[in-house]
Amino acid sequence: MFRDIVINPFFFICFFLSVASLTAACSGPNENSAATIAVATNFKTTFEHLESDFEARSGYTIDIVSGSTGKLYAQIINGAPYDVFLAADQARPERLVAEGQAVPMSRFTYAVGILALWSPTDPDVTPDTLIETDITRLALANPDLAPYGLAAAQLLERLSLDEQLRPKFVFGENVGQTFAFIRTGNAQIGFVSAAQVLALSENTEGSAWFVPPQLHDPISQDAVLLSRGEANAAARAFLTYLKSDPAREIIRRSGYESD
Amino acid sequence: MPDLSSLWLTARLAFVTTLVLLIIGTPLAWWLAQTRSRFKPAIEAIVALPLVLPPTVLGFYLLIAMSPNSWLGGFWMQATGDTLSFSFTGLVIGSVIYSFPFMIQPLQAAFEGPVKRAMQTAASLRASPIDAFISVAMPMSARGFVTAIVLSFAHTLGEFGVVLMVGGNIPDRTRVASIEIYEHVETLNYADAHTLSLILLVVSFLTLLSVFAFNRKFPAHVRL
Repeated sequence: MFRDIVINPFFFICFFLSVASLTAACSGPNENSAATIAVATNFKTTFEHLESDFEARSGYTIDIVSGSTGKLYAQIINGAPYDVFLAADQARPERLVAEGQAVPMSRFTYAVGILALWSPTDPDVTPDTLIETDITRLALANPDLAPYGLAAAQLLERLSLDEQLRPKFVFGENVGQTFAFIRTGNAQIGFVSAAQVLALSENTEGSAWFVPPQLHDPISQDAVLLSRGEANAAARAFLTYLKSDPAREIIRRSGYESD
Repeated sequence: MPDLSSLWLTARLAFVTTLVLLIIGTPLAWWLAQTRSRFKPAIEAIVALPLVLPPTVLGFYLLIAMSPNSWLGGFWMQATGDTLSFSFTGLVIGSVIYSFPFMIQPLQAAFEGPVKRAMQTAASLRASPIDAFISVAMPMSARGFVTAIVLSFAHTLGEFGVVLMVGGNIPDRTRVASIEIYEHVETLNYADAHTLSLILLVVSFLTLLSVFAFNRKFPAHVRL
């Protein structure tokens, strides 16, 4: 019966008419905001702290759009109305500059991610926890998609554990989904970001091993001013703020390195 | 050329899911077509839920239900030593729920009306219920069975959200074609995304074409 609904031409006409009228009624972005900033999801919580601090200091209003770095990149090259891009890697901002979508000299590293091996149940997580036999599933973000996943894969290779642990791997699409796999108990342990672990309330059980940064390539997250925001005062003010001491203090406190 | 093992896995998943749905769906659809129970509307609403629920809702509940901390996931862990999430069995469970209405609704529609009367006639001729079902109801409902089987199969081929949430993207176990396409697009590997997408498009079209062509040849209810 649902098949009949879908192929009914009357249904199609109603559908298009209603879509057209509704989208006209509910207009898109907030016209009052001074700048729209696209932020990689893993940095979103930290960004919200920065946002309120920046707005209080500068008087500008900013809007946030969050998504995976890959999706935001695809949106930007297809004309999305963003002024600033805070990516989770260096490659995508670099590419945007090369493709003429971003202002060449504006790119800089605003945060360096810290990898964490986290278990919500084990009170004493160490590197040795990885080879305990009662671990059946080890969650990590997909190394092809997510910088934290790539760092985790590099670390396991460095520790010569990758071949041994590969059958236990489960991949999250990003570090957020990886966190959910572990949080719900579907995987006992896994690699997430230090920022996610620090954002947990203090009375949570479990523990984490914060991976020394020299054991993998740095998880450098770059920001870039997009061509659309080149003349936008709020966008420029935000990037200046992002390099300031108060901003870097917030970033460090949230579980990133910032130099 | 992309790795085609994900397509093979997708086909296996769709086949097993359709088989399971056929086994549990036929009696339920039959019961729904015959019953006068006051619970019928509630059961019908539950059956239709996957049509309207976002796959993220199903995926989220499944992720929690399949966790070793829950009774279902815990039982599975004890019995098999493996988690239900991130396994082929877990995907089959998710797909069965996700494609449930696509099996039940065409079958229920086929079992209503003339089939009901024919079954009563068969009963008056002292055919046993099972005998009457196999020799009267099933041939009369051939069109309903074909529609239900093909739509369940095709809908499982197109499954994405539930698998993304409970699959864990493991090659040969849970990395189905739709997930692999998504990954290719995210990593800007458009060539492989194109190849896999085109294969899925053609297969899905041919699958649906077969059911529409079949339905044209046969009237809604075959008269005996």
